Amino acid sequence: MSQRQILQVFEQYQKARTQFVQTVADLASRPQNTETLQNAGVMSLLRPLLLDAVPTIQQTAALALGRLANYNDDLAEAVVKGDILPQLVFSLAEQNTQRFYKKAAAFVLRAVAKHSPELAQAVVDCGALDALVISLEEFDPGVKEAAAWAIGYIARHNAQLSQAVVDAGVVPLLVLCMQEPEIALRRVAASALSDIAKHSPELAQTVVDTGAIAHLAQMILNPDAKLKRQIFSALSQIAKHSVDVAEMVVEAEIFPAALVCLKDPDEYVRKNVATLIREITKHTPELSQIIVNVGGIAAVIDYLGDSRGNVRLPGIMMLGYVATHSENLAMAVIVSKGVPQLAICLEEEQEDHIKAATAWAFGQIGRHTPEHAKAIAVANVFPKLLSLYLDSESSEDLQVKAKKALKSILQKCTYLPALEPLLYEAPSNILKHVICQFSKVLPHDSKARRLFVTSGGLKKVQEIKAEPGSAIQEYINAINSCYPEEIVRYYSPGYSEILLERIDNYQPV
Amino acid sequence: MARLEKLYSQAENIKEQYFIRNRIAEENRQKENEAAVRIQSWFRGCQVREFLSHLHKKATLIQKIWRGFTARALFRQRVKTAYFIMKMNFYNKMAVKIQQRWRGYYVRKYVHNYYARKRYLEGLTRKNEHIRRDLEEFAELQRRERERITLEKEEKEKSIQAQRLHFLLSTKQCPGVFNSPFRAEPDEMELRLRKVKPLLVRSAPKERKTPDLSYLMPKRERLPPIHKKPQGPFRPPLEVQQQRHRPLEPSLRMATSITALEEAREELKRQEWRTCVIDQAFLPFSNTSRNKQYEGMMRTSTPFEQVAYGTKHFREEHKEYLKGKKPFKTVFTTCHVFDKFGRLYSDAGNIV
Repeated sequence: MSQRQILQVFEQYQKARTQFVQTVADLASRPQNTETLQNAGVMSLLRPLLLDAVPTIQQTAALALGRLANYNDDLAEAVVKGDILPQLVFSLAEQNTQRFYKKAAAFVLRAVAKHSPELAQAVVDCGALDALVISLEEFDPGVKEAAAWAIGYIARHNAQLSQAVVDAGVVPLLVLCMQEPEIALRRVAASALSDIAKHSPELAQTVVDTGAIAHLAQMILNPDAKLKRQIFSALSQIAKHSVDVAEMVVEAEIFPAALVCLKDPDEYVRKNVATLIREITKHTPELSQIIVNVGGIAAVIDYLGDSRGNVRLPGIMMLGYVATHSENLAMAVIVSKGVPQLAICLEEEQEDHIKAATAWAFGQIGRHTPEHAKAIAVANVFPKLLSLYLDSESSEDLQVKAKKALKSILQKCTYLPALEPLLYEAPSNILKHVICQFSKVLPHDSKARRLFVTSGGLKKVQEIKAEPGSAIQEYINAINSCYPEEIVRYYSPGYSEILLERIDNYQPV
Repeated sequence: MARLEKLYSQAENIKEQYFIRNRIAEENRQKENEAAVRIQSWFRGCQVREFLSHLHKKATLIQKIWRGFTARALFRQRVKTAYFIMKMNFYNKMAVKIQQRWRGYYVRKYVHNYYARKRYLEGLTRKNEHIRRDLEEFAELQRRERERITLEKEEKEKSIQAQRLHFLLSTKQCPGVFNSPFRAEPDEMELRLRKVKPLLVRSAPKERKTPDLSYLMPKRERLPPIHKKPQGPFRPPLEVQQQRHRPLEPSLRMATSITALEEAREELKRQEWRTCVIDQAFLPFSNTSRNKQYEGMMRTSTPFEQVAYGTKHFREEHKEYLKGKKPFKTVFTTCHVFDKFGRLYSDAGNIV
């Protein structure tokens, strides 16, 4: 055979390989084919193609592997068990591999690491982190993006993996990546930083020490919505751990610019901004004061009005946290018209955990002084809270929170028109507080006494059965002592029968 | 002579009378002696009594005068102390009044200022309104910007499309695709095709002159100075303003509330209560042998036990010496010598 014929055989083989690997890559991009491919034993076929001499085949094989592993965690495990990872890691670390192959290899690592902590640990054990760090220093932004994405997925699972990632010296490189002009790279770097910082205060401190906050803060007003999502998520993960980091985040002067993003059309950007504000206000009264002074409460209340569903939760919790710290701040929440908005949330939302958070927020606002309690009473919130507490379908958490909120507000409430409907419907442990408040207010206010009688409250109080010597009985006695005896007797139950009996005994003259 | 005869005749009588009278005198001697003694003793007694009473009177007089003297001195002392106490009570009452006023002022201004709070809440509502308006404006602007961008993009795409399809423009002879004769009006694309300019070749950019605006700016003349003589070395106005509007810098003693110690104790108690998870202290088993108390033998006279002094502590405790004494103070109030150092406005004392 001539040389040309021999070479032709090789060319045919190469073409066949190329075609096979490209078709497999295309098929793998659709999820419904992966089952069939797996049963056909695609793993064992793709593995030797990774070591192929032709670079295109290598790259396409790696791409196909990555897509397969992305879809299914069994396949990812198969990738790990098939000892493919060390080869990929080696090629990543090599200087002269093509950048497409590096991208594909990083894609495979990412696809494997995203499913579970064990798989991510397996990826780390192969020494992938050093290789990824080397690829983060490359020039090509696509390679950096793939490497940063893989790192982010590894660090996502738990604190040990994050610590391993940080120990590999990744964080300064990620911060450098964030300054690159490509938006996709910035997105991925921000999300990787967010995943690293979210596990523990030490990791957050490590991220902060590299000066990440300043760079994150610069990009807040970038028009790209996905980038903003990641940035706010990163800032909130950093700020949630301790007071110092939260102060550093605030010192980066992100307010009032961040408030503007509360009006962003993208829902998740708004949610992440609300989460950031919540994490900051959670820590100390001074931080809450800064946010309030900048007009944060008004922005968050408008945000609550505009959004629906689960995304309202961070806003509600932020209002609750602000009101918890001091009565000044609670008054600020009331003055900014927070209570009507929260009442609307309570009415509209169906999920129990959101209702529980709203009830908790009400409790925090109203528990400070009678002024605060009156603001809540005027918003007609008590019947709703009571119905939540008594509803057998509400979850336990919701019932407990509603009861606590009711109790803490009622102990300070002196606004009688709102207390009266509660007399009729409340169970005894809530009724005790209602009657206690009545017994405190009635002795001093004559108009209130008159109203109490004419609205039927006194009648209801007489009908309450209480053990003598208990607290309720004392309060009832205190209320009764505000009125002359005839009136008390008139309204006591069974008085009409007593009067009728007197008719029977009366002898006309 | 007759008298002598008579005298000798009476001599026997006289002798007889002499003896009789001596005998009578002898008989009465005892009585008369005792009576004389009695009279003498009574008289002497009177004398002595008189003398004694005289002495008593003089002694009384001396004592009276002396006691009056010392009592008046004591009285003067008591008057002085009573006066001093009265003054101190008055000063204390006045000091209490001053302290009341000061504490009321301090609390109302720095701890809980009602009007500042009211102003703050009003300011906060105004700020909230501003922020709401600004945010809405900004959101509106952004929305319009986005709409404008999308519109422009569409416009641009359409014009590029028109530039590419310029050959579909209708001519007089042959109406184009977009200018069908059955339509009342030509299509939008047709109009665009008519409007669009052909793809240009870029030429060198021309120089553009900026207009000279210096004649529009107003000419500024300097006014003459007010004082001819230069006036004294003034402090820079910034410093003066700072001094005028300097806030109160209360010393640490001022700023701590009077019940700070009790509050700190309460806080400590609360913290202990909060952090301690289990109230019952866990007593380790390894110390049970040491916790048992030694029961002495019945018939011994002394309690045979280990004296704590020498092993458990080396400090003697004489409780009776310490009765009525207050515990030794280890912490004093600070001396405020250097509180204002470097912060006073005047230069007095800054010689160096």
